[in-house]
Amino acid sequence: MAADNLVEISGVSYAYDQRHPVLTGIDMVIPRGKVVAIMGISGSGKTTLLRLIAGWFKPTQGSIRVDGQLIHELDREGLYRMRRRMGMLFQFGALFTDLSVFDNVAFQMREHTDLSAAMIRDIVMMKLHAVGLRGAHRLMPAELSGGMARRVALARATALDPMLIMYDEPFTGLDPISLGVIRNLVRKLNDALGSTSIVVTHDVQEALDIVDYVYYLSEGVMVAHGTPEQMRASTDPLVHQFVWGEADGPVAFQYPSRDFSEELDLV
Amino acid sequence: MFDRGAIINVRNVGRHATDSVLRLGYAARFFALTLLHSGTSFRRVSLIVRELYFTGVLSMIIILVSGLFVGMVLGFQGYQTLKTYGSESALGVLVALSLVRELGPVVSALLFASRAGSAMTAEIGLMKATEQLSAMEMMAVDPIARVVAPRFWAGVISMPLLAAMFSAMGVYGGYLIGVVVIGVDEGSFWAQMQSAVDFREDIVNGVIKSIVFGIAVTWIALFEGYDAPPTAEGVSGATTRTVVTSSLAILGLDFILTAFMFRGI
Repeated sequence: MAADNLVEISGVSYAYDQRHPVLTGIDMVIPRGKVVAIMGISGSGKTTLLRLIAGWFKPTQGSIRVDGQLIHELDREGLYRMRRRMGMLFQFGALFTDLSVFDNVAFQMREHTDLSAAMIRDIVMMKLHAVGLRGAHRLMPAELSGGMARRVALARATALDPMLIMYDEPFTGLDPISLGVIRNLVRKLNDALGSTSIVVTHDVQEALDIVDYVYYLSEGVMVAHGTPEQMRASTDPLVHQFVWGEADGPVAFQYPSRDFSEELDLV
Repeated sequence: MFDRGAIINVRNVGRHATDSVLRLGYAARFFALTLLHSGTSFRRVSLIVRELYFTGVLSMIIILVSGLFVGMVLGFQGYQTLKTYGSESALGVLVALSLVRELGPVVSALLFASRAGSAMTAEIGLMKATEQLSAMEMMAVDPIARVVAPRFWAGVISMPLLAAMFSAMGVYGGYLIGVVVIGVDEGSFWAQMQSAVDFREDIVNGVIKSIVFGIAVTWIALFEGYDAPPTAEGVSGATTRTVVTSSLAILGLDFILTAFMFRGI
């Protein structure tokens, strides 16, 4: 049923220019309340797909519905109204470096609501408490470690209790402890807020533990999808190589090049 | 047949020309958007006040010190020249007119471009490179309204004030050297200055110049930052371009404005 899906993508293609298609014929549904991963190697078009869902770009073909509305046909006002109900966690947090942790989390509330300062303070403290950083509210982003910055960004992304939370490579460059913290928070926040989450990532094992469903992209094409168990058991050579992190396979180790013996003038 | 290298050269010249025109178009559109989205800045004056501190107040030291030194040099140089004609008493007029008409607006704008303009470009370029502008856009907050417009108006407001401080400090520097050190008559220094400097012709024209320079420098600085490729190299290139382009723009605009202002003479 359509109403059960927060995001519906059908037949979406996208190209920055005509000769270089980034995405081709993507079909995908994101059911409400679920955590869905979009996986694929670097350059497979995952982030572009996320940005299409956020209305950043318009698809060259096909349609994207978010909460029943065609996102690419919304005017600027409509898009901004929609984005107030979305949260996005950027790869390295993208915290505002001139604002403190507290002001970063309070940013959207101050911009979009008429809440009193006391109310904003209470909500910010609750959001920071949820990511374990209430005590760090006075710090500036430059004083935070990578993992802490990512947690603050997560508190900021969920500040207005969004219906959809999007994560762009949330696990990249984190130490194992921070990684575990972020991974659990993705799941817990989604369930606690009753949101729906999309996690774009290439950190397979971390993601497979917490997501409900996986879409696998390769070179802009959706090549496989299924539950984490189905992905682990997949016999598709491409998915197998990706899930188990094998160095060689359908995705070749060597960048396309001339024959090696020719290169060394042996022939 | 044509040499292949020559064709590539011609094509490169053509591409360079079309790229420049395209960029000018983007810059014009950016300027129009900045004006269009200035409403937020005026509804929330605190946004402009915060930027006034960074662009205006923090530029004061360099402006005041430079003004003092330029004025002192004018005092020495002016005295040397005027003495030859026996009109040392006109030193006050020379110092004041040079500063109010030309040196005040032009030198303070050049200093403003290198002190505040470069900082603006680097800050906005880095905000873009670290996805802060994208994050803002994603939170349904327009970065042009929230980040660019307050900085633009802060630049436009600070520039004439800084130029006025530069000129005032310069006049004081000229007084220090001319009257206190060399011993030109104090009464004639101030009296001649007062009667020769015209409010409309000299002071207002100087203020108009500094407002125009303020608009030009801030616009260039903000556009270069906003348009910078999101890499370390891109931001450093943009910062350099801000200083070079705005310095040339200041000098070019100064010539045009001066030609219009003094055409009756």
